[in-house]
Formats: sequence, structure tokens, C-alpha cells
Amino acid sequence: MYDIADIQDIPPFSMDKMEKERFLTGILGELTAHHYERCPKYRRILDAWPFDVDGIEHYRDIPYLPVRLFKEYDLRSVGELEVVKQMTSSGTTGQQVSRIFLDKETATNQTKILTKIVSDFIGTKRLAMIILDTASVLKDRNMFSARGAGILGYSIFASQKVYALDEEMHIDFDALDAFLKDHEGEEILLFGFTFMVWQHFYKELARSNRSLDLSRGILIHGGGWKKLADEAVDNVTFKAELQRVCGLSRIYNFYGMVEQTGTVYMECEQGHLHASVFSDVIIRNPWDFSEAPVGEDGLIEVVSVLPKSYPGHALLTEDMGRILGEDDCPCGRKGKYFSIGGRIKDAEVRGCSDAYAAKFT
Amino acid sequence: MHMQPSSHNLNLLIPTDSEIGSIQAARPREPFDDDTIAFLDELSKRLLAEPSSRAYPDVVTFAFWIRKGRMREYRKEYRERHPGERRLGRGVVFHIAPSNVPINFAYSMVAGMLAGNANIVKVPSRDFPQAALLCSVIDDLLHQKRWEAIKESLALVKYDRSKNEWTDYFSSFCDVRVIWGGDETIEDVRRSVIPARSFDICFADRYSLCVINADELVKEQDIASVARSFYNDTYLFDQNACTAPHLVVWLGSEQNKQRAKDLFWDTVKEITGIEYDLPAVMAVDKLMAFCREAIEAGQVQRELMQNNTVMRIRLEELPQDVVKVRSLGGYFNEYDAECHDEIVPLVTKKFQTLSYYGLEKSDLQDFIVHYRLVGIDRCVPIGRTLDFDLVWDGWDLITAMSRIIG
Repeated sequence: MYDIADIQDIPPFSMDKMEKERFLTGILGELTAHHYERCPKYRRILDAWPFDVDGIEHYRDIPYLPVRLFKEYDLRSVGELEVVKQMTSSGTTGQQVSRIFLDKETATNQTKILTKIVSDFIGTKRLAMIILDTASVLKDRNMFSARGAGILGYSIFASQKVYALDEEMHIDFDALDAFLKDHEGEEILLFGFTFMVWQHFYKELARSNRSLDLSRGILIHGGGWKKLADEAVDNVTFKAELQRVCGLSRIYNFYGMVEQTGTVYMECEQGHLHASVFSDVIIRNPWDFSEAPVGEDGLIEVVSVLPKSYPGHALLTEDMGRILGEDDCPCGRKGKYFSIGGRIKDAEVRGCSDAYAAKFT
Repeated sequence: MHMQPSSHNLNLLIPTDSEIGSIQAARPREPFDDDTIAFLDELSKRLLAEPSSRAYPDVVTFAFWIRKGRMREYRKEYRERHPGERRLGRGVVFHIAPSNVPINFAYSMVAGMLAGNANIVKVPSRDFPQAALLCSVIDDLLHQKRWEAIKESLALVKYDRSKNEWTDYFSSFCDVRVIWGGDETIEDVRRSVIPARSFDICFADRYSLCVINADELVKEQDIASVARSFYNDTYLFDQNACTAPHLVVWLGSEQNKQRAKDLFWDTVKEITGIEYDLPAVMAVDKLMAFCREAIEAGQVQRELMQNNTVMRIRLEELPQDVVKVRSLGGYFNEYDAECHDEIVPLVTKKFQTLSYYGLEKSDLQDFIVHYRLVGIDRCVPIGRTLDFDLVWDGWDLITAMSRIIG
């Protein structure tokens, strides 16, 4: 099994297709055997798949578990006592949430790799950081929600930090003004979840008669566009409006999920999401789950070298997306770059049973 | 009795020009009375003459079903079963049709009419063109003087599921309430009280299976038509009709089973590959169901197919709770049985339709009675599971919705 020390210093966007395929196939193959041995539920799935753990020729052949499986089952490849952290997805009330079990090693590796990837975009220097959320998200330290985990994860880039929203989710202008004054002339890092940034920061700021100068800011945001799509706000509008209300011009969206924390997909200056050497996306045609060619829409599978304490190294998401290219993004980063097309739609099912509809409402 | 709610929440489709409450004054008829049969025959002719009907095979099937000839056959069978018996309808039947099948409401309505009742029919709140077509043709007919008596005893309504005051109101005076839908819908409707002597006929969520005799299937000349029959049973309603099989049990010699399965599924897959539009969410759901089943049941094996339209899970043994592991849009558990006795421990009250190929209906009926099974209400040849019949889900609808004059 690989040691993180051997791979963490590989520059995250340095490998071309051939090299990366060999690299990932080796590690992901090892992880498959590791989970097969240690997680009985995973083993049952692979046995029924059917799949030969010893015959992996390419990581695209590794069975991909539907992400929803983590909402229904506790899946881990370590003993209960080794779990140091349980993370949950941020579902709305009543929704089932994913439960992800981390041991010390996996938790540490997540932070290490996240740092490597994000540093490629914002540099390695620690910055004063504004979190576009409320501090109360972090109240319960035992249960790490995706929101809390994101905030904590990105806090490693901070020399000093402030929360932009109070408990009632209103902008704390006084705190922000003071913070900005303290760090006048410095680059400022901002972090938040896309919807929170839009709903509670952008909208309130646009409505208010206060002004904030964030022209030296770098915003990193993620968490999905589903709610904003309902308001017909896309990435272009999002960027333009934030620039308009507070001068923010360096805005990076990211794609990631609590099931594969650490191996995040950051948006480059061209507006493309990038896969680092530590993870990859495979677009699968819903018709037969075969790999879709560049430019074709399909279900996004994500693979990651990080999940060691739970069998989440190859996951089929419910997001649609398409590969835009590989190794040739004008930004200079190697690896696949892609775009997200939103969540798959609930089907209007025919038939007399209402069991299916109920599941989605 | 409940007050009639204010009418703005109700869409009275038929009759368009009278009061909904007046239906309570309608008098019952004898089952299969001439007037009703004549009306249905006229409706059949109008539907078949309607050019837009051709786009909807379900409308055409319905139109054929209500022809005079077919209805008279039903009457003959009925009279033979009940010689000399005098009956009248029970009064007013309130039908709540399933929300995701376009014209199921029409079949329910016809059963209520044939039994001699006045009928209030809640059509699906979703807009189906088939339902709209049917309603407009019925409405046209009811404007003719000839069908005045029918008009007094028929109301088609549409209202939002959340508008319970209408369910309360119709329930408060109906003599029989027919509820189609999942278990949750039924529970919901049952909160509306019906009069002391009234009762519900509920068509709840069910589970169905298919039994295929491989020894016969390998001799079949027209395997395509067998596969087509199975496709119609299953995929026409996304495997979400209660009649759609989720378990396929294979009988016959080992050798024939293997050959029959290859032949059968290859042919089914040819049809689904061309005709079935599999939504992405269903492909993921099926993968999810498979993972769940692998974790829970253990002794299962997925059969690799070329695409996701057909997902087959081979069971090494029959689990007790096979009912729980189903998915939609073409997800099948398969089991090789030595003989059909093996399914006995499996059958619960949830089992509805057993469709078969290469077996005798009477043998299957004997089998169910012999083992005194608590479930399986009907045995029909493969391809016939969706055919509506006046005996449904173990109910004889005509006798259930009429009263004996002793």
C-alpha cells in the first residue's frame, strides 16, 4: 500500500494522460484490494458485481459505488475504534445524509492533499481569510457536516480569520470593516458555499447601502449550483455580480463532495474544473455506464487516492458533466478538465404504485 | 353529512353543465343493463372514430374493451354464475384513480357503471392527453338527450390531492369507495370517513412475478412474441404497475434453463435497446438496488448485460423478503427452481399477479389452492398482465359493487 509521503510532493497538475493512468491504476487497484479485504459489505458487492480484484488493468474498470449507498449503509474498512472523525453530507432536514468514517491517516491525508491542490491556485502563503458563513456551523465538533468540514479544511490557508455572517445569517459589517482595515493592502482569501455566498452575502450586500472593497480578494466557493439554477444564476452571472458589488475579481469555483474530501476539483482562470493527479473524473453514459468520449454528457464518476478508511475511492455521483479536454487546457495544467451540468432529474414514472414518487418528495 | 365545499378548488370535468351534488339522487340500475351497455358501445365507436385516439394504444385498447360484444359476453358469464339472482347497484361509487396511469380511471368507472351504480370518478391530477381526450368524448355524448339518464349518474372530477375537503365530501355519502394507489394514498384517503354501511375496495401496492417453463420456451418458434409480451407486461409502465413482474422463476431442466434464459433475455434486450428510454436516475437507482441486494442478501450474482435497460440478479436461494429488493425500469431477480413448490414460503399477501409461460392456468390455480397461499390473486399468460378484468385483485367487482335482492 502506498505511503502519502511518497506521493504528496508530486506537483498536482504535472502528469500527462499515460503517466497518470499508470499512477492511478496502481494506487486505486491497491485500494480496491484493501477495501475488499477489510470491508465485508464492499466485498459482497464486488463478488456479486462480478469483479476480479486481482485483474485490474485500468482504474476505469474498478466497480463504482453509487454515492447514495453511503446514506443507507455505514461502510468502513477500519475498526470502529480507529475512527477519529465522522463526516456527514449537508442534507436538508429530514433528508438522509452520507456518513463517512475517517481514521487518523485518512483525515491527515485529506488535509495534505487539499493543501497541495489549492496552493496551486492561490499560492502557499497564508492569507487573512474571510469565511462567508456563520461560526455556528461549527458548533457541534463531533459531527462534521460538509459545510463545517469545508470551512475547517480551507482554514489551513488562513493566517487569521473572520466570519462574515452572524448567527442570524446577516452580514456582520462592523467585524468585516475592522478586519479589512487590519489587513489593508494585503491579499484576502474568502471561502464559502456557493448558495450561502449568493443568498446571504451577495444579496444582502447588494441590497444594503454599505460598501465593501474586496478587490484584493480571492474567493473559493463550491457546493453545487442546484439552488442557484432555480434562480437562473449561472457561474458567469455569479462572477459578474460579485465583482459589481464588492470588486471581487478572482473567483474560483470548486467541485467536491464529502465522500471524497481532499481531492477537490478547482476551477482555473479559463473557467474549467481540473482533476489533479490524486483523483480523476470518468464520465459514464447512463445507458450502459460505458466511458463517454470528450464533449459528451454523462454521469460523473469520481475516483480518489485518499479514501483508505472507507471504500469510497470510486464513486458514481448523481451529477451530470462532460470532459472538455485533457492535458491541453490553456491554463497549463495537465489532466482532465471538465464542466458540471447539474443533478440528474427525477423521473416521472408511469405505473400505479406511488412508492417511487414518495422517495423523491 | 359534510357540507359541499366551495367549488373553486374543484374542476368538474363532467358533466360540465350541472351540479355535482345532484348525483346523490340517481337511482341504481341492474348490473349490465341495456342502457349502460349501449352507452359504452357508443363511447367505443366515438373513441375509435376519433383520429387522435390512434396516438394512444391505451385508449384504443379501452375502446375495444367496452364494445357491446365484449360487454354482452361479460353479462352472459355473469348470469351463468348467478342464475336467477336479482341485483341492483349499491348506489354511489366514489373512485380515486392512481395519479400516474393515464386511463385506469376509465376502467374503474366502467366497472362501477356495469354494476349498476352512479359514479364519481377522481381522474389523475396530472394532465394526461389520453384522459383529456376521453373526457371530451364522454362530455360530448352526455350532451345528447339520449344519454340524459347516464348523465345524471356520472361525474368526473379533478382536484389537487391536497384538497382533502373534496375527498371528505364525496366520501361522506358514497356507498362504495374504490381506492387505487400506493399504501400511502390509501392511508391518506381513509382519513375521510364513509357512512356506516359503506366500504372500501382498495387496490394497494402489490408485488408480481413471472414463471417461465424453460422446457417449453426452447421449443418456441416465435421467441420474439414472448419477449414482446414480457416487455409489455413490464416496461410499458416502467415496471411500476402492480402487475409488473420483479421476480422471474425458471422451471425445467438445467440445460434448457440456460438456453431459454439466453434466448429470452437477448430478445428482450433487443426490444428495450430500441424502444425503452431509460432515464439516468433509473440507471443509478438500479445500480443502487443491486448494491443493496448484494449487501443484504449475500448470495446473489449480477448477470452482465450490454446495457442498463435490463438488470438481472441471479439468486442462489430465495430470500424471505424478496419483495423489498425491487427496483424500477427493468430490474429482475431470477431464480432457478426445481419445481414451483419452492416459491410457497415466499408468497405473502403482497403478491398479486403470477404471469406464466409454458404452464397451464388451471394447474397454477390448483397449486395456489392446494398450498392455501395467502397471496397471488390472478394467474395470467405472459403479456396479459395489464388486461383489466371485472375480477381484479381477488374481487369480483360486479358482485362487490351491487346488492342482492333476496
